[in-house]
Amino acid sequence: MKLTGSQILLESLRLEGVETVFGYPGGAVINIYDDLYDSPIKHILTRHEQAAVHAADGYARTTGKVGVVIATSGPGATNTVTGIATAYMDSIPMVIITGQVPTALIGNDAFQEADICGITRPCTKHNFLVQDLRDLPRMIKEAFFIARTGRPGPVLIDLPKDIQVASMKFNYPETVKMRGYKPTLDGDERQIGKAAQMLLKAKRPVLYVGGGASLANVDPELLKLAELLQVPVTTTLMAMAAFPGKHPLALGMLGMHGTYFANMSVTECDLLVAIGARFDDRVTGRIDAFAKKAKIIQFDIDPSSIHKIVRVDLPVVGDLKSVLTSLLNQLAGQPADIAQHLDQTTAWRMEIDRWKAKHPMGYKASKSVIKPQYVIEKLSELSDEDVIITTEVGQHQMWTAQFFNFRQPRTFLTSGGLGTMGYGLPAALGAQVAFPNRQVIDISGDGSFQMNSQELATLVQYRLPVKIAILNNNFLGMVRQWQQLFFDKRYSQTCMELPIDFVKLAEAYGATGLSTDKVDDVEAMIKKAFEINGPVLMEFKVSREENVIPMVPAGKGIHEMVLAS
Amino acid sequence: MKHTISVLVENEFGVLARVSGLFSGRGFNIESLSVAPTLDPDTSRMTIVTRGDDRILEQITKQLNKLISTIKVVDFTDEEYVERELALIKVTAESDSRAEVLRIVDIFRAKVVDVTPKSYTVEMTGAPAKIDAVLTLLTPMGIKEVVRSGPVVIGRGSKGVAN
Repeated sequence: MKLTGSQILLESLRLEGVETVFGYPGGAVINIYDDLYDSPIKHILTRHEQAAVHAADGYARTTGKVGVVIATSGPGATNTVTGIATAYMDSIPMVIITGQVPTALIGNDAFQEADICGITRPCTKHNFLVQDLRDLPRMIKEAFFIARTGRPGPVLIDLPKDIQVASMKFNYPETVKMRGYKPTLDGDERQIGKAAQMLLKAKRPVLYVGGGASLANVDPELLKLAELLQVPVTTTLMAMAAFPGKHPLALGMLGMHGTYFANMSVTECDLLVAIGARFDDRVTGRIDAFAKKAKIIQFDIDPSSIHKIVRVDLPVVGDLKSVLTSLLNQLAGQPADIAQHLDQTTAWRMEIDRWKAKHPMGYKASKSVIKPQYVIEKLSELSDEDVIITTEVGQHQMWTAQFFNFRQPRTFLTSGGLGTMGYGLPAALGAQVAFPNRQVIDISGDGSFQMNSQELATLVQYRLPVKIAILNNNFLGMVRQWQQLFFDKRYSQTCMELPIDFVKLAEAYGATGLSTDKVDDVEAMIKKAFEINGPVLMEFKVSREENVIPMVPAGKGIHEMVLAS
Repeated sequence: MKHTISVLVENEFGVLARVSGLFSGRGFNIESLSVAPTLDPDTSRMTIVTRGDDRILEQITKQLNKLISTIKVVDFTDEEYVERELALIKVTAESDSRAEVLRIVDIFRAKVVDVTPKSYTVEMTGAPAKIDAVLTLLTPMGIKEVVRSGPVVIGRGSKGVAN
């Protein structure tokens, strides 16, 4: 039996195990949507294509599966770009299908034509323009394989309308054959052996864990390694949920807004072990001051991450699951050396404890005005054990990283690399679609929230009980903080002068809106929101000029933190 | 430092844009780039001349390898290789200079491929430095137009890029 291109697409998605897609219809994908009408695949209609991509991203980050998006040509396709770039920077597996004008019209400036393959080339792991229906099944197969293997990432398939309509006999390939794509899986055993020796010999070791650890699901191995050798663990923003926040070996986040003790540990360590982390500038601060007393080991699946920013002493390229398992196996055979290691590192752990005691994470509490950090602490305290947290970008994002106690892997969704405001609400939507029965909270600022607030409609339409906590300071707070500290308090265009009635906004969409400016009401309002079985927007009117500290000013080493505002 | 890199790629839609976009997007320099299919029509071979320190070259090689369409990358800098570039040079050749142009062409074992009463078009193949030299000598005669292919390279002896 012959199938049309759009039927082949949907059948291929089904064969790839896709149950849910996020998208938005339009002229160049109308055939796909017609076939979706009869398909077992569930489609979530967002209110903006960017939100569809973030939702698929949230779905992917929480489940580990490939998120799938459908958007139309031209503006539909260009609206996906920020979402795709967000996913690319954070290595999130995703397949984006865009409609395209008929092949005969490509290049003619046809209605709703955009060269989306050209536009997304630098922000996708790979992309395909389907020029012949016979290539379609292979391209879909390859797209999913590329998206989920190696260092994951988004892959775009641009599907012209005439190819959606054309038909042929359908066979889905069982294997992929790509001469140019063979990700390294197992690490070099000898290198791993050297890493084990370096770890055992170290007197002041630190594990520096990044988003790759979350993506590779190595939280059990990580915990085992840390506990076996009693090595302190600092995590990047992308890995906050990869290691239990309250563990005695947890140092919290490092970098620009990292903890005093994490940044001091990295500065003073003699061995830094980077695990799925890429030495982002927000992590390293001034590069020649970063871990300059340390030898550096880097475990990463992407060879291009090695020596990119920091020259490392021992690189190990491979899948973290395989590499860490092998490392643990090698260490298991050396109990005497481990005992010796534990002995020689006692002083280091004591020194770190002194740093922890000297400058613990904290903030100046208030009885008269709601401190944003207090709201985060309360959300952390009152939420379920397996709560999924998303954020937007800015001060609230950093406070969440600093004050929320993450307990389980894949529970913290935030745009770490690209820093995309407007990410959190649609990502929460996608996470709630993936896990209808878990608590999902978007922690937001008033600025970011307004970048994708239209998705309240999607939450209500699909009865997705996402909770939204807006820390409203009527400022673009992070930029305001910089202006205060480095631009002589010239608050250029950072004051959101029109106060929004967020309660009415929520109600206009059919969601519940709650608001308070009283410290004593915070807890009760959160509890009330959690009891409502539907989407709830909580607005907390917080102290307006609170700053995120510690803070490493631009151009400084991470040990040169500002510790008080 | 100058590096000459050969890149075997899938001969498919957009591959040149992927490679050139990688260089521009990451701020790498391209001095020249030449590309054509290999004996296998599904594969193209690019020769890229670029400059950078060791760290940059390591990134260039790794980022090229990371492209899904890339099959193989070889940096020839530390290898023995043969390097050739083609130039077509249209040079003024009037009665007083025609003989001198021919002499220069002869010395460099170039050849004249088009003749008019006022000009010669010279075809010259050689290492880029040789082409620079012939251009220097022909400049006083009056060069009207030059087109250079950018170098292509192949490893000496058994050294190669063959897939």
